[in-house]
Amino acid sequence: MRQALHAEWTKLRTVPSTGWLLLACIALTVALSIVVAAAVICPSSGCELDPAKVSLSGIVLGQAVVVILAVLAMSGEYSSGMIRVTLAAMPRRITVLAAKAAVLTGAVLAAGSIAVLASVLAGQLILPGHGLSLSLADEPVLRAAAGSVLYLGLIALLSLGVAAAVRDGAVAIGVVLSLLYLFPVVAQVVTDPDWQQRLQRIGPMTAGLAIQATIGLRSLPISPWAGLGVLAAWRWQP
Amino acid sequence: MTLGTARYQSRLRTGRDGFLQLLHAEWTKFRTVRGWVVGTLVAALVMVGVGLLVAAGSHSSCGGPCAVIPLGPDGEAVDDTFYFAHQPLQGDGSITVRITSLTSLVTYPPDHPHDIVSRVVPWAKAGVIVKESTRQGSAYAAVAVTGSHGVRMQYNYTQDTAGSPGPVSAASPRWLRLTRSGDWLTGYDSADGTHWAKIGTAHLAGLPATVQVGLFVASPADVHVTPGIAGGTTEHLTQSTAEFDNVSFQGEGSSGTWTGDNVGGPPPGGPALPLGGGFNESDGRFTVSGAGDIAPFLTGGRTIGRTLTGTFAALIVVIVVGTMFITAEYRRGMIRTTLTAGPRRGRVLAAKAIVIGSVTFVAALAAAAITIPIVVSALRANGWYIFPATSLTELRVVAGTAALLAVAAVLALAVGTVLRSSAAAVTTVIVAIVLPYILATASPLPEGASEWLLRLTPAAAFAVQQSLPQYPQVNAAYTVWNGFYPLPPWAGFGVLCAYTALALGVAAYLLRRRDA
Repeated sequence: MRQALHAEWTKLRTVPSTGWLLLACIALTVALSIVVAAAVICPSSGCELDPAKVSLSGIVLGQAVVVILAVLAMSGEYSSGMIRVTLAAMPRRITVLAAKAAVLTGAVLAAGSIAVLASVLAGQLILPGHGLSLSLADEPVLRAAAGSVLYLGLIALLSLGVAAAVRDGAVAIGVVLSLLYLFPVVAQVVTDPDWQQRLQRIGPMTAGLAIQATIGLRSLPISPWAGLGVLAAWRWQP
Repeated sequence: MTLGTARYQSRLRTGRDGFLQLLHAEWTKFRTVRGWVVGTLVAALVMVGVGLLVAAGSHSSCGGPCAVIPLGPDGEAVDDTFYFAHQPLQGDGSITVRITSLTSLVTYPPDHPHDIVSRVVPWAKAGVIVKESTRQGSAYAAVAVTGSHGVRMQYNYTQDTAGSPGPVSAASPRWLRLTRSGDWLTGYDSADGTHWAKIGTAHLAGLPATVQVGLFVASPADVHVTPGIAGGTTEHLTQSTAEFDNVSFQGEGSSGTWTGDNVGGPPPGGPALPLGGGFNESDGRFTVSGAGDIAPFLTGGRTIGRTLTGTFAALIVVIVVGTMFITAEYRRGMIRTTLTAGPRRGRVLAAKAIVIGSVTFVAALAAAAITIPIVVSALRANGWYIFPATSLTELRVVAGTAALLAVAAVLALAVGTVLRSSAAAVTTVIVAIVLPYILATASPLPEGASEWLLRLTPAAAFAVQQSLPQYPQVNAAYTVWNGFYPLPPWAGFGVLCAYTALALGVAAYLLRRRDA
């Protein structure tokens, strides 16, 4: 397993796009968070905005970059034929997949921590001027921040699983982004509250980002989706 | 030549390299890759499927049989509830009044959730009206003082002309006059009753000889929109009261007595919310109160554009296929063959764009044309009111949606040519079109910022699905949820086309400059 981890780490490290994508993930997340935080207005009479959610708005953009990174880590091997070498060197496929997942998640969690931390700190600076207050020292805010980092990690796992199942990069991205972005769009148009709740609960983005809520708490129903990612990986064959 | 040998000429016909051959080659590529054909069919199917899913999950909130929405003279859905003190008029004639005050009450506004407060309702209207009958939806023309938009002449629900500006008060009253001559009605206003200014003329085709003429008050609901996924629209009922005097009536048919009617039935409210309309007369002074509005009906139903939510799902599939149409060539090395066979690279890209655009357009056109009637009948079965749309509007929504998907596929092709990596290209295009829409409709961004997102990003193209016009004189919730976009339909589509043209330009330049 150590060798597998080392091999996967070398692959990930030496592909030039990895560094750029991780940087882009941080930059886009922080940039969108800052724009949203600077745009919101909370009148003095009060509003129903959740400051933690506002300051972490950039995650919806940053996750798209994580999806690219994770899908490329898998589909890149298929498109270049590298997968045959990988599996010849390490015939235990589950080990390869686990090593890939571990290395990728580690990289995403590291980049995600920087992105989330910077977003929250930016929110802490900007939001008081707009009638909202936010402090990383608050326990719910800390949970929202840590949860958002974990969310990015889970998105990476989900994307890796889907990419392993469908192999083609473009299709994998299409599937993952459909899962992420379609649920909120459809949930908006559906009017029955139970349908709306059902869609938001099974949609990975709406459910996963519930972790960001610091007012009106809900549980975290993302685990079924991580499970799904692993499940999809079982269909993994060269 | 000097040796006199015959010049060699191959008997094989010279291969043609015309544009038609390029198109044919690209069409053959598309047709023979099973995944792309299946993908295009899937895009069409998800459009119908998501529409049905949305219809299944949407039941109308009105318990029991829903109120019938009246239709105006031009076939549009209208709101026609107001208080009307009227008498009949036979043939030509006119009515002149002076208004000395217009005051309004707003029920439980957001800043005073437990009170009925007195404040200005911007589009509260009080004045004179000539109406075909007291039936809802019948033709009319009116000259009225408004809460904060001066004097207006309005007719047949959608038309609005501004008269003299400024609010009305006892110190600065307004004189209003409405004259009928055949099918033509002319509105005038005056500050002193002697110097009159013409506001406008209305042609009410087929107006009967006997019409109802009188004083009216309408008071539309105060609408507030809160952004975000948990946001929504709240409507606060209002009531307005106006004082009239110097009422003079010229023409035949008058009985000399005024009849008061709540057109459209009693206003909403009840014992706790005394919004009843009414009028009383003493010494030639009239006090008239009313609620409701005389305006196009714009929210509270579904538009045909909103039956096409599946466009988002289809969009993602179409983008994947459009990207792969070029990135697969790079991945397989096929691009070298393609460019050897067609060395003029700009034309190769153009042929690809035409093929993927046309195929997507045809598939999406069929899907949209099928989706609308199916989802409309499913929504009707669930108790929804569907706004009527002219066939021209419906055609624009269907063709516009197909064009949106076709141009998105071309954009994906262009971005795929620039980036060469399917993963990056697919993500870029999906994020550029879908994410701004999500941010504009389901994020804490304020209304202004959301509107700019739907003006400046490729998501502006969804404006082609707007099927009801916006009226500046009607205060309604013009939100995306209700099917309204900040740009006019074709302008919004133009934004997407501009991005696509830019991307195609960059793609053509890079395709020529780079090694394949």
